[in-house]
Amino acid sequence: MKLARITLAAITALGASGLAACGSGSPASTAGGTAGGGQTVKVGIKFDQPNMGLKSGSTYEGFDVDVANYIAKKINVTPEFVEAISSQRESLIKTGQVKYIVGTYSITDKRKVDVDFAGPYFIAGQDLLVRSDDTAITGPDTLAGKKLCSVKGSTSASNLQAKYPGINLQEYNTYTLCVDALKAGSVDALTTDNTILAGYAAQDANKGKLKVVGTTFSTENYGVGLKKGDTAFCNQVNDAIKEFISSGEWQKSVDKWLGPAGFKPGEGNPPTPAACS
Amino acid sequence: MGDLFAAYPIFGAFGVTLLLTFFSAIGATILGVVVVILRVSPVPLLQKLGALYVNIWRNTPLTLIIIAANIVMIVNLGFSFSESFSRDNLIWAVIALSVYHAAFVCEALRSGVNTVPAGQAEAARSLGLTFSQSLTLVLLPQAIRGAITPLGNTLIALTKNTTVATAIGVAEISGLQKTMMEDRPDLFVVIVLIVAVGFVVITLPMGLLTSHLSARLGVRR
Repeated sequence: MKLARITLAAITALGASGLAACGSGSPASTAGGTAGGGQTVKVGIKFDQPNMGLKSGSTYEGFDVDVANYIAKKINVTPEFVEAISSQRESLIKTGQVKYIVGTYSITDKRKVDVDFAGPYFIAGQDLLVRSDDTAITGPDTLAGKKLCSVKGSTSASNLQAKYPGINLQEYNTYTLCVDALKAGSVDALTTDNTILAGYAAQDANKGKLKVVGTTFSTENYGVGLKKGDTAFCNQVNDAIKEFISSGEWQKSVDKWLGPAGFKPGEGNPPTPAACS
Repeated sequence: MGDLFAAYPIFGAFGVTLLLTFFSAIGATILGVVVVILRVSPVPLLQKLGALYVNIWRNTPLTLIIIAANIVMIVNLGFSFSESFSRDNLIWAVIALSVYHAAFVCEALRSGVNTVPAGQAEAARSLGLTFSQSLTLVLLPQAIRGAITPLGNTLIALTKNTTVATAIGVAEISGLQKTMMEDRPDLFVVIVLIVAVGFVVITLPMGLLTSHLSARLGVRR
């Protein structure tokens, strides 16, 4: 069933790329210009990550949403948020279904084959979320024999498992199930990027019950994904990110969304966006 | 494409898919036969129980059943078979798939029972056979032969439905597909094709075999 859905989505995406080339291609390409005049463009974010990118009712909130909104304001467009689930981000950009994506999107060489990145606008790292009364887990080295939870498709968890063979790994479709299992005591820790973990720890339902360990063991440079080869647009987004950081908005947004969990951005933050090639 | 096969356990993941299919098919068949016996039995209470089973499981989404098997049974009630999540989840996925598909096996078999003329049951009874004798000697053998095609369809559906087990982390192919897509977006189409072709390779023989068997064994009336 799942497979059928993904395949269908792939076929639809492929079909849409053909259509976009002839029909709706022109409005998307003009949105790159500064003279957008407030036109509406589609922007991809996550819908299910509390305090990063979350759809609650008809509003969108979180750090990534703030970044996406700031960029939109700078390039003079109105964003219309659409969900960009991890495995479909590249095809959404390639087929022109979204103008750009701000969704805990790590810049990697493999992804650079298909899309360009502006930024980084945040440097995150893989970390662990545990129950607040847990003092035994202080980092990946203390995980031997523990039960770890992560989400299907996140290779970081399986890498950990390969490195520390004692780890018992439970994988779910969503982080929410992991958080529930963590609170129920059936797993001891949840691993993924510290930003996402801090978002869960800061949720009202989990406040005081969960904490982020704070020992990161990877470096994830979050970038804004956009169409390959559109250097002019990439530079505009980079300028917007630089201004977002220098104006103090970056710090304000981090404090607002990730601060309640006692989360401090790691070393290198706020980052300096790399030059667009 | 070569590096995909080198970097990811694609055959292993298809192996897990086959494993789930095999054990769930056995479980669903055993349960399904029990339920169909309830449904065709002469006792109204048992008939109602059988109908209740079919209607509950057939109308509950499989994703819900599989996630509940993990969240309710393992996480909240602690019914675990071992210390390892992967083994526990595999076992609970087989149980959930068996319970769900038993409803469909039951209905497939019942369609087979309906192909047997009512006169045969009456003849069996007038010969002095008991209910269990007429069931095992007269009704079920013909019913199964008449139900080969719908049973084959149920088996193919079961094979594809094993992909739902990824929701609780069973390491089967659609979960691996998700991982591969996220790591290697540059090979998106290749990944989709590998998985699609894999499923065709697994399910096509099932379809051919059931068509063949149903042509050979079906009772012509």
